Amino acid sequence: MSKEIDAGVVAARPSSGRRVPPAGVLAAALMLALLVLAALFPWLVTAASPLQTDATAALQGPSAAHPFGTDQSGRDVFARVIYGARYSLAVGLGATALALGAGLIIGITAGLAPRFLDGALSRTIDVLMAFPEFLLALVVIAVIGTGEVSIVFAVALAAIPAYARVARIQTMVVSRAGYVRAARSLGVHPFAVVARHIIPNTLGPLRVMATIGVGTAIVSAAGLSFLGLGPQPPTPEWGVILSEGRNFLATAWWIAVFPGLAITAAVVALSTLGRYLRLRSAGRES
Amino acid sequence: MGSAVRLGGVLLVVWGAATAGFIALRLIPGDPVDVMLGVHARVGEEVRAQIREDWGLDEPPLVQYLSYLGRLLQGDLGQSYQLRSSVTDVIGGQALPTVQLTSLALLFALVLALAAALLARGPLAQRIVSLVELLVISSPTFWIGLVLLAVFSFQLGWFPVTASEGFASLVLPALTLALPVAGIISQVLRQGLDDAEAQQFATTARARGVSRAGLVLRHSFRHAGADSLTLTGYLVGSLLGGAVLVETVFARQGLGGVAIRAIIGRDIPVVLGIIVVAAIVFALINLIVDLTYRVLDPRLRVLDPRLRVVAHEVAA
Repeated sequence: MSKEIDAGVVAARPSSGRRVPPAGVLAAALMLALLVLAALFPWLVTAASPLQTDATAALQGPSAAHPFGTDQSGRDVFARVIYGARYSLAVGLGATALALGAGLIIGITAGLAPRFLDGALSRTIDVLMAFPEFLLALVVIAVIGTGEVSIVFAVALAAIPAYARVARIQTMVVSRAGYVRAARSLGVHPFAVVARHIIPNTLGPLRVMATIGVGTAIVSAAGLSFLGLGPQPPTPEWGVILSEGRNFLATAWWIAVFPGLAITAAVVALSTLGRYLRLRSAGRES
Repeated sequence: MGSAVRLGGVLLVVWGAATAGFIALRLIPGDPVDVMLGVHARVGEEVRAQIREDWGLDEPPLVQYLSYLGRLLQGDLGQSYQLRSSVTDVIGGQALPTVQLTSLALLFALVLALAAALLARGPLAQRIVSLVELLVISSPTFWIGLVLLAVFSFQLGWFPVTASEGFASLVLPALTLALPVAGIISQVLRQGLDDAEAQQFATTARARGVSRAGLVLRHSFRHAGADSLTLTGYLVGSLLGGAVLVETVFARQGLGGVAIRAIIGRDIPVVLGIIVVAAIVFALINLIVDLTYRVLDPRLRVLDPRLRVVAHEVAA
């Protein structure tokens, strides 16, 4: 068993055999590229403004002029969804990066620490893992208050325990591997061992988790702002648009349907990519 | 493993959650007296001091913490700052709709997952089922609710739009909550069924002449069930978290509304009460799952639980 783990941990380089990824993965990559384009240069994707109201064009269904229809103030829903990409992507990436960094530090510390410290950290992680991420995020909002920045921290803090747990286990596996023991007995400085061996080998599984985690973070953030705990109307954020659309479901389904489709498409693309990464790393290890 | 240790684990989680919640919520900037009186109240300093004394807010933090723990042991969660009633009454009064919603959702989720696992026989069916799973897992719960509401309530008129009474008003919210959970359970269940067929006991059973259906029903489901079950415990937690959103979408009564109002209004005792109740629920669910696990998988009864955890973590 330990032999298998060693083999997987040592082979940290991509395999040389290059195969073309399946069509689903290519479609996911294309979707993400579009999302990044919309987040960085929304004006290249749509000429309409996300905030310009037009009382004469309120609550119109999808048409050539307004592909996703218009909302109660006559704003173009397509433009609002495109401009919303930057909020969701920023929260998703920012929160995941924060959670990954904090989880890595806590997990590696616990994995290498003396028993009592590991015990304390692990029990804390267990207590936090007993709560679903979304409830944890709500509690964090209760403490630090509502707003756009709060949402990033809430989503990040709620995700830390999962990353910390995996980082801890991976650290314990790697630090028992032959080459780490060899490096230690050769007198390599402990910090160098952590930097050169433990962090790179821990990042492998965490990278897959984080890819899927960006999607989860986008959904949680949209949920929090749907509840009115984040950015306020008329900000073109997907959760805010959905919450406004809820009041017009009877007459204008398009306001609530299209931003949700955008979230789903982003999350499907991220999970597809995450699964592909996991398959590839599993293929290397077997 | 002694049951005393397990019960100790439950208490540890609840105490940990209560303490962490207490510390975190004491750090909130702002004066609780403002929350109680409202922002615009004009009240003299002596009245404020009187309120502070009545609520025990003038005591040192450690004394407040200890008296909080003491009251907690007696089942007293304190008084709401804003609602003029005890937190136990606030939570107890709104618990039933949420329990109804999540129980029905759990039932829906299990039935849907079982159906999907049984239907996904053959390559084409498997592809379709796994695509549907990916879609429902990736969709935000509240959006699924909005779409179901738009189609079945507004367009087709099959279900009431917003109402908190009657079974008909419960179907769409429960289905909304169930779909993403069903997708996850079904994924794990199908994976477990595939794994089970590769196990030695499957080969043995087939050699004994057990039919394919008998193998799936008597052995594979048991094997796959053990995996799905640990997950189900976690997913019950997700259901309760998702209930907050679903109750908002369908404008239903319940703990979700209580939580949101308390968070926005900074009603600290209510927020703390919800944290403690949630911790008790999750710790008990994990305990039940852990015990059921051993009933389902006979191999675990002989293995040291510590080894089992390690074996599980390495396998994951």
